[in-house]
Amino acid sequence: MTASVDAERTVTLTVNGVPREATVPVRRLLSDALRHDLGLTGTHVGCEHGVCGACTVLVDGAPVRSCLVLAVQVEGAEVRTVEGLAHDDHQGGQVLHPVQEAFRECHALQCGFCTPGFLMTIAAGLENRDASAELTEEEVEEMVGGNLCRCTGYANIKKAVRHAAAAMKDAE
Amino acid sequence: MTTKVFGEPVRRREDARLITGKGRYLDDIGSTATLAAAFVRSPHAHARILDIDVTGALDVEGLVAIYTYEDLTGPLAEPLPVLIPHPQLTAPRTGFPLANGEVNHVGEPVVMVVATDRYLAEDAAERILVTYEELPPVVGVDAAREARHAVHAEIPDNVAARHHQETGDVEPALAAAKNTLSFTQYIERSACMPMEGKGVHARWDAADSSLRVYTSTQASTSVRAAIAAKLELSLDKVEVIAPDVGGGFGVKIVHPWPEELLVPMAAIALQAEVKWAEDRREHFVSSAHERQQRQEITVGYDDEGRITALDVHIWHDNGAYTPYGIIVPIVTATQLVGPYVIPVYRVIVESVFTNTVIVTPYRGAGRPQGCFAMERTMDRIADALGLDRAVVRERNLIQPDQFPYDHHLTFQDGRPVIYDSGDYPGLMAKLKKLVGWEEAEQLRADAGARGRMLGVGMALYVEGTGPGPYEGGHVQVLGSGKVLVSTGLTSQGQGHETAFAQIVATELGVPIEDIEVTTGDTRRFGYAVGTFASRAAVMSGNAIALAARGVRAKALRIAADVLEVDPGDLEIDEGVVQVKGTPGASIPLRTVAVLSNPLRYAFDEAARQATQFAGPADDTRPPVAEGDAPGLEHVDYYSPVRSTFASGAHAAIVEIDPATWEIDVVKYAVVHDCGNIVNPMIVEGQVQGGVAQGVGGALYERMAYDSAGQLQNASFMDFLMPYSSEIPDVVIDHQETPSPLNPLGLKGAGEAGVIPGTAAIASAIEDAVGRRITAMPISPTQLYDLMRDQDTERTAAAARRAGTGAMA
Repeated sequence: MTASVDAERTVTLTVNGVPREATVPVRRLLSDALRHDLGLTGTHVGCEHGVCGACTVLVDGAPVRSCLVLAVQVEGAEVRTVEGLAHDDHQGGQVLHPVQEAFRECHALQCGFCTPGFLMTIAAGLENRDASAELTEEEVEEMVGGNLCRCTGYANIKKAVRHAAAAMKDAE
Repeated sequence: MTTKVFGEPVRRREDARLITGKGRYLDDIGSTATLAAAFVRSPHAHARILDIDVTGALDVEGLVAIYTYEDLTGPLAEPLPVLIPHPQLTAPRTGFPLANGEVNHVGEPVVMVVATDRYLAEDAAERILVTYEELPPVVGVDAAREARHAVHAEIPDNVAARHHQETGDVEPALAAAKNTLSFTQYIERSACMPMEGKGVHARWDAADSSLRVYTSTQASTSVRAAIAAKLELSLDKVEVIAPDVGGGFGVKIVHPWPEELLVPMAAIALQAEVKWAEDRREHFVSSAHERQQRQEITVGYDDEGRITALDVHIWHDNGAYTPYGIIVPIVTATQLVGPYVIPVYRVIVESVFTNTVIVTPYRGAGRPQGCFAMERTMDRIADALGLDRAVVRERNLIQPDQFPYDHHLTFQDGRPVIYDSGDYPGLMAKLKKLVGWEEAEQLRADAGARGRMLGVGMALYVEGTGPGPYEGGHVQVLGSGKVLVSTGLTSQGQGHETAFAQIVATELGVPIEDIEVTTGDTRRFGYAVGTFASRAAVMSGNAIALAARGVRAKALRIAADVLEVDPGDLEIDEGVVQVKGTPGASIPLRTVAVLSNPLRYAFDEAARQATQFAGPADDTRPPVAEGDAPGLEHVDYYSPVRSTFASGAHAAIVEIDPATWEIDVVKYAVVHDCGNIVNPMIVEGQVQGGVAQGVGGALYERMAYDSAGQLQNASFMDFLMPYSSEIPDVVIDHQETPSPLNPLGLKGAGEAGVIPGTAAIASAIEDAVGRRITAMPISPTQLYDLMRDQDTERTAAAARRAGTGAMA
């Protein structure tokens, strides 16, 4: 047993706007730390080698495959997961993010396992563009092109991106 | 009538939790206190285990237990069950939960390690030394057939089963045929590859001597029975729950997987929660694959292209073991005939062992291979006779006035292959229009002008769906007005909660918002078969409809008493029972539910209405009439006499770049008939997803085993599952020929999308390049090699086209 992998470190970060702290072995993946140490199981692990994108979360606003990042690497960072996409309506309910609404409206998910990764990637893509600009098909492909889904055949996911972009444009 | 939501594209009820991260998948269950299991798996395709040395693992901090075959006792030490025995499966073999002296494929579990977390369990597993004596591996269907080596020493020919069906004397029929042709073709291995792997979580309650198991399964009731049998527990002490399941596509119908027995075994032994969540590499090398076959086909036909006899001999690679029997071979054999009249048919499928991962149903379950055989036969006949491929198919189609149509074959459910309804010429007409079949030559010329080779292909299928033996449904109206619905059959993302709620809302006349659906939880419904063979809507959908009708009849009876009218004068809408045409004369269904249960105790305000002094009662009759039961609920079952047969037709247009030989599917058209449709949005989603798997299977996905039996591409980096960029836009048209076999007129829809992809795309590529395509999937490199090889057969159509100068 080598000491190095077992060495523990306390990581302080902000998750979905809430300051959090976790004491984890230095080798723990961010995906596992989020899921098992912080109890945020909405982030899913599909391949653990960075190909499927199911584990995508936003680190300081950028999509990151949390299975390719160690928890200790996000010290001080702002992490956003699928649990933090919707916001509180201050009446005991939640207001869904436009991309969440669009996924439901367009039947863009079936088993839902890859969905959090798509939602985070697309949310970042839509939030980081000029909402008033016309969405191009290249942008749609860019936003969905790096994640795997085995259920939907992607057509409805692409439809949801267009739908969400339209909603965000209308909300401008 | 707002509750009549059958047939409407109702938005899915399961999405609210799945889009907010509140789904509960297998690996979401448990806590940091839950122990984790990891496995030492065989690195060899075929070997004898000489020694297992665990010494190195013992000082791993956090190690809790190590299990080898020697630790298994009682029925657990016996081979895993042959789930579906068959008289023609003469040499079945199954593995042990942990290898007993011999391993037969890379990935077979040898040792289970339990530790305080998965990282530590893997640390310990890494330090366990297993010494093997390697044995010669058998890899691929041809090697199995040649039988220079045996997978199982006592089965020297490697043949597990020789499945044989015939509808007449094929040899004289072929001898009498005006024309015959013979050919051999191959189809390769792919796999289900759900985004969530398998997983098991077990919790033993020592005080209660009871076990709760969560497993990412397609068959929770049968997993429960298997665990009870193998661990020698009473059935009533075992609960099995399929939580949210991240896709299945067939691989999770196999059971009990070794882990489904070993994890509960450890939970009991260690008196602790234990969990195993499969990682992606484990899934590649230890779950199931499908599809590899060698097909030898001889067909007799007349000068119009009508088939007179068909003789098919298939070698089917079943991998190392046969836990799922010969279901895939039977499905290939019986579904091969498709929508066509085949006057004399003989099929032999030899199911052979190889030292590779087991082969069990993957969406389509043998149908894509059967479709590949039949549809490529149609293409060959058309090519030989110089006829349009659509015309040859049309001349062989079963006509709408021929239903029920008996193929005189025996299906996977042991029942006759009798097509219940359909309109195949209707499918064909719609398909030709949808894809623009008649305009193909113009498209080819246009593409040629751009330096591209364009081809179009089509494929038709008939799919036996909704096999028995049965499914059940329970519908209960509570005093709160909430309607509880349950079925034992499981869900893996198909939207059952929504579809079943639509059925109950429509049958019972209640708002869909009041309905809660539970699937795959043995605590709620103990009798079920499972989710496979496109059977959920047909089987559980009809069972639930019958249960809802039972509740409705009882509600009307009770309400009629209260309202002093005839039950026939009542209707239920929006959860209220009312006298037809008499507004105000009504009683809410929730009140009927309260009254259905005569009470002594008024535990809440609603309950007061049903207590013994609440109002006048007929004191000459017992409060619960003979033959009646308290509560507004009903259980019913649907058990079909035989499967119902869905159908469809697909066409693909491909463009090929002769510089790179990249194959681009530029258009994909689907005409689909699954009888009455509960939710068209969900059905279209199933078709779209199926087509994506069909395209993947035709062009990208292949389990690349080397000759040593090592899977060379056991990761998403190397096994090319399609991303969005690989999937063409799909245009879909529907046809509805309701099934006369079940109350709702449904046929299954889950697998349809994947079935004809390989056949249609092979046909389109062949049409584009004018060279015979005899093996699928096909990559650009393989196509390049094929084009370069002088021996590659040229199609007659290409020669004819060259002759007329239409295309160089």
